[in-house]
Amino acid sequence: MRIPCPICGSRDIREFDYMGHAQALDRPDPGAGAQAWDDYLHNRDNPAGPTRDLWFHGMGCGAWLVVERDTVSHEVTGATLARDVKGGAA
Amino acid sequence: MRLDKPGQIDRTQPLSFTFDGREYSGFAGDTLASALIASNVRVVGRSFKYHRPRGVFTAGSEEPNALVTIGQGAAAEPNLRATTSELCEGLVARSQNRWPSLDYDLLALNDLFAPFLGAGFYYKTFMWPAKLWERLYEPFIRRAAGLGALSGAPNADHYEKAYAHCDLLVIGAGPAGLMAALAAGRAGLDVILADEDVRTGGRLNAERIEVDGRPGADWAETVTDELRGMGNVRIMTRTTVTGAYDGGTYGALERLSPEVAARTGAPRECFWRIATRRAILAAGALERPVAFRNNDRPGVMMAGALRAYVNRWAVSPGKTVTVFGNTDDAHRTAADLLAAGVHVAALIDARPEAGTDLPVRFYAGAQVVNAHGRGGLEAISIATLSGIDKVQTDCLAMSGGWNPTLHLTCHMNGRPDWSPALAAFVSRDGAVPGLLTAGACRGDFSTHGCLAGGLAAAKAVLKDLGKRARATDLPVAEDAPYRISPLWAVPGKGRAWLDFQNDVTVKDVKLAATENYSSVEHMKRYTTQGMAPDQGKNSNVNALAVLADATGRGIPETGTTTYRPPYVPVPIAALGAGAQGAGFAPQRFTTSHDLSVEMGAPMVEAGLWYRPGWFPREGEKTWRQSCDREVGMVREAVGVCDVSTLGKIDVQGPDAPAFLDLLYTNMFSTLKVGRARYGLMLREDGHVMDDGTTARLGAHHYLMTTTTAAAGQVMKHMEFVHQCLAPQMDVSFISVTEQWAQFAVAGPKSRDLLNGILDDPVDGDSFPFMACGAVSVMGVAGRLFRISFSGEHAYEVAVPARYGDSLFRLLVDRAGELGGGAYGMEALNVLRIEKGFITHAEIHGRTTAFDIGMERMVSAKKDCIGKAMAARPGLSGPDREQLVGLVPTGAVKKLTAGAHLFDAGAEAVRKNDQGYITSAAFSPTLGHFMALGFLKDGRARHGEEIRMVDHVRQIEARCRVVDPVFFDPEGGRARG
Ligand SMILES: [Zn+2]
Repeated sequence: MRIPCPICGSRDIREFDYMGHAQALDRPDPGAGAQAWDDYLHNRDNPAGPTRDLWFHGMGCGAWLVVERDTVSHEVTGATLARDVKGGAA
Repeated sequence: MRLDKPGQIDRTQPLSFTFDGREYSGFAGDTLASALIASNVRVVGRSFKYHRPRGVFTAGSEEPNALVTIGQGAAAEPNLRATTSELCEGLVARSQNRWPSLDYDLLALNDLFAPFLGAGFYYKTFMWPAKLWERLYEPFIRRAAGLGALSGAPNADHYEKAYAHCDLLVIGAGPAGLMAALAAGRAGLDVILADEDVRTGGRLNAERIEVDGRPGADWAETVTDELRGMGNVRIMTRTTVTGAYDGGTYGALERLSPEVAARTGAPRECFWRIATRRAILAAGALERPVAFRNNDRPGVMMAGALRAYVNRWAVSPGKTVTVFGNTDDAHRTAADLLAAGVHVAALIDARPEAGTDLPVRFYAGAQVVNAHGRGGLEAISIATLSGIDKVQTDCLAMSGGWNPTLHLTCHMNGRPDWSPALAAFVSRDGAVPGLLTAGACRGDFSTHGCLAGGLAAAKAVLKDLGKRARATDLPVAEDAPYRISPLWAVPGKGRAWLDFQNDVTVKDVKLAATENYSSVEHMKRYTTQGMAPDQGKNSNVNALAVLADATGRGIPETGTTTYRPPYVPVPIAALGAGAQGAGFAPQRFTTSHDLSVEMGAPMVEAGLWYRPGWFPREGEKTWRQSCDREVGMVREAVGVCDVSTLGKIDVQGPDAPAFLDLLYTNMFSTLKVGRARYGLMLREDGHVMDDGTTARLGAHHYLMTTTTAAAGQVMKHMEFVHQCLAPQMDVSFISVTEQWAQFAVAGPKSRDLLNGILDDPVDGDSFPFMACGAVSVMGVAGRLFRISFSGEHAYEVAVPARYGDSLFRLLVDRAGELGGGAYGMEALNVLRIEKGFITHAEIHGRTTAFDIGMERMVSAKKDCIGKAMAARPGLSGPDREQLVGLVPTGAVKKLTAGAHLFDAGAEAVRKNDQGYITSAAFSPTLGHFMALGFLKDGRARHGEEIRMVDHVRQIEARCRVVDPVFFDPEGGRARG
C-alpha cells in the first residue's frame, strides 16, 4: 500500500505508523463527561468501505495525515495534513 | 544430444560441470537442463511420493521434475529448477529425493505400494493411534516424501533487497512486452521491463517465427538495443515479478548471473519492491500436459519446451521423436524437429478433422494411451479407430493447449473467467487496479496478436497518464488462429499424472470427488494437487477439469483455486536480506563507546543503544563487585556516566510554555529561565507515558528529556498533540539526542571535578540544585544541568557530540584522581532504586500518577493530556496497587523483580495476589537487598510484614513494606 503524503509524495506504507480513526482529532472538552471521553478514546466505527484514519509519517517528514481509504478495496483516495483538517474545522 | 545447427549458445565457450559427481560439459548460453539434455542425461530426479524416475519436462520456471541442489557445503541450495539455472564453469549439481543414488533408489518401492498411497492416504492410515505420529509416521513421511534438503549450516552467501520506482512496469519481455516497452519508452515514460529469462524475446527465442520478415529473435534483439539506449527504460532480465500488491506495488526476485554473483560481496539474489503508476502484464502462457497412462516417463515432455530446446539451445532429448497434441502447435513442433534434422516417428492429433502436409506418419483423431520404458521412454501406444498402434520412440512431445499466465491478475482477489473458445481461464480486466494485460496472457496467442496487444496496452497507458504516443509501427507477423479441441485426460487403465511435482494422478482426483471432496479447494487439500513449489502451474486447470468431469459439473461452476503470491518460490534469505545477525537491528553507539569497550565494560542493549553494564577493575571477579564499588564511588567521591541516550527534544516558540503545559501534568510555563523541573507525562487514557526533566533555556526555549526507551514514542506523541490537537500553537520542536553528548557527574566531589574543566567555575549560589545554563567547557560551548538521578550532589554536562569522546576520557581521568571513576548501568540502577526513582520498570504502561504517588503533580490549574481520563473511577484509591519499597526481614535475604506479593499467611495463588516487584537490587549503601514494587493499598501498609514469592525462580522471602525512598529521604545530599 502507498500513501500520498502531501509533503513527501507517494510513499511506501512501511514509512508510516497507523493510529486509528480520524475521530482522534476531535478531543472533547476537559469537562465533556465520561460518555464523551469514553466514545473519543474507545468507541470507533469499523466500516467495510470508505474510512478516514490517522497515519504518522515517522520515517519521513513527521507529519500526521488524515488518510481516506477503502477498507474493502484497499484503495487510498487521498491524504491531508491533519493540521490542515483541524485548521479548517476550527 | 547436441544438434548440428546454430542456436543461442556460444560454442567457443565450453563450460564443464558435474551432475551427481559425473563430469559433463555444455556451452555458455546453456541452462543446466539444456546441457544435461545435450549430454543425454535422461533421468534428473525422483518424484515426490512414488520416487518414479523423472526427466526434464519444461524449459521454464514452471518445471515440476528437474529440481536439483546446486552448490556445496553451506551454500548448497536445494530445489532449484535446472530449466532456469544458468550453466557456469565448475557448477556442481545433485539430484534429489533419491537414496542411495538416482539410478538405484530404495524408496522406489513406494511405487509398488502405489495402490495404498492414493489421495488422502496420510489422513486415513495415520489417524490412529495418535501417539505414533511423532515417533513413527511423521519421520517416515518426511524421509519418504520430499524434495531437496538444506545443508543445515549458516549460509554465508549475500542476498539483497532493493526498491525501484517507475511509471510503467512491463512484466514479460516477449513480443507483447517488448512492443509495450518500446511504445512507452519512445513516449518518454519511465519504464521497467522485467523478464525472468536471461535475455529478452520470450517465445521468439524458442520458435522459428518471423517478425517483419526477420527471425523473431533478431527483431527482439533490435528492439532491446533501442530500449537499452533510452535513459528512461530499465531492462531487468533474470527478474521474476512474483506478486501484485496494493497501490501499484510489485514484488520481484532478481537472480544475478553466476559470474556477477561470484564477485566478492555480490548478492546471489535481490528481492525488489517496485512501485509503479501502471503495469502491463505480458507474461505469456503456460502449456499444459495431457494426462495418459505413464505420462511421467523420462522422455515425455511439453511440446513448446521441446521446440525451445531444439531451436534455442540446439539440443534434442531424443533421436526418434513423436508428437501428440490437440492444437496446431503439435504440427509446429513436428515441423521444427524436421527442420532441425530430427527424426519424427509419428504426429498424433487428437482432433479428428486435422490434416497435415508434413512428411511424417500422421494420426488424426487418435490418442496416446500409454508410455512404455521403465527408466525412460522406449515406445508409446496409440489408440486409433482401428486399434492400438505401438510406435518406438525415445521422446514424446505433448501439448494439451495453453493457459494464459494470469496469476498476477488474481493476487488481489480477482477471479478469472472461463473461455470456451480457448478452453482456458482468462483474466478479468481491472482485477488489479492499474494493471493491463497484453498478448498470450490475455488469450491472444498469435505473434501478431501479441505485438498488437502490447502496442494497444502501451497506448492505453499513455492516454491514461496524459502522454502523447510517438509513431510506432506494428511489425508484420503470423496471425494463425487458435483451434483447440479440449483434451484433459485420455481414458484408460493405470496411473495418468496431473501434478508431476506432487505425484497426483487422475485417479486421486476422482477418488477425492467420490469421497465428496468435490469443491476444488477441498480436492486440492485432499490430494495435495497444486501444493508443491510449482504451485500447480502445469496441473491446476487439468485437475479441475477432471474434477468437473467427475462431479458432472462444468468447469466454470467448478472454478479454480486461489492464485497467491509468490509466482515462483522466493528464498527467505532474499526477503530478509541484510537482517541476519547484527544486521537485524540498527546499532546506536554513544561517543563514550570506544573508551567503555577499551575499559572492558560489557555493552548491553538499551533499545537500539549499547550502554556499559559496569567497568571491571583488576581483582574484581563478579559484576556485583564492580557494581558495588561504583555505587560507593558515587556516594563517597564522584562517578561519571554517559546519559546521552536519553531523548533530548529542543522545544521553541512563543507557545512553547503553553504546549508543555498541555503535554505534562505539571506546569512548565511558570518555570524560571535557567531552571529545570521534573515532569510527568500521561497518555490520553490517564496512564503514565513517560517522565524526565525539562530545562528552560530561554523565555521561548526549552530542552526536554525523555527516557531512553520512550524517546521515539514521546516525539510521535508530541507531534500528534501539536498537529492534531493544537495546530494553532506556535511551537516547533526537534530531536537533538544525537547532537549532544551528555554525561552525569555525580557525587560529593562532582563540583570539584567540574570546576577543573569549566572555564568559569560554579558554586552553590551561581548553580543551585535544578539550575541550568550555558557553560564553556575548556573553550567548547556546552550546557550544564544540576540534576540528579543518584540522589547525590550531581550535574549533567553536555557538549556537541563531536567533543563527547574526549570529554568522557577527560572526565573519567579526572574522576580517578579524585577517588572516583566511570559507572555503568548496574550501578546507575542501584543508585536510583536506593532513591526510589522510577524507570519504565515502574511506569510500564498500566500505572497511573496515583499509583506512583505523584497524583499531586497533576495540576488543578490547567488541562493536560490524560487528565480527564485519569480522574476515572478505578484509576485511584485503595484498590490500586501502589508504589512501595520492600526490604527482606526473614532468613532469605534476596528479593527478585517479577516476584509476586502475598499477605504473610496467605497461600501464594493468583486469587490472593496483592502485587508484584518491579525492581530489585542489593544496596551496598544499606548493606541489604531492596526492592520497588506495587502493592494493593500499599501506601497505607508501610511497616507491614508480607511475603514475596517468585514462582519462576522458586524463591520465597519475608519482607517489610517501607517507603520507596530508601536513602536520604530528605534529599539533603542532592541539594547541598
Ligand atoms: Zn511526509
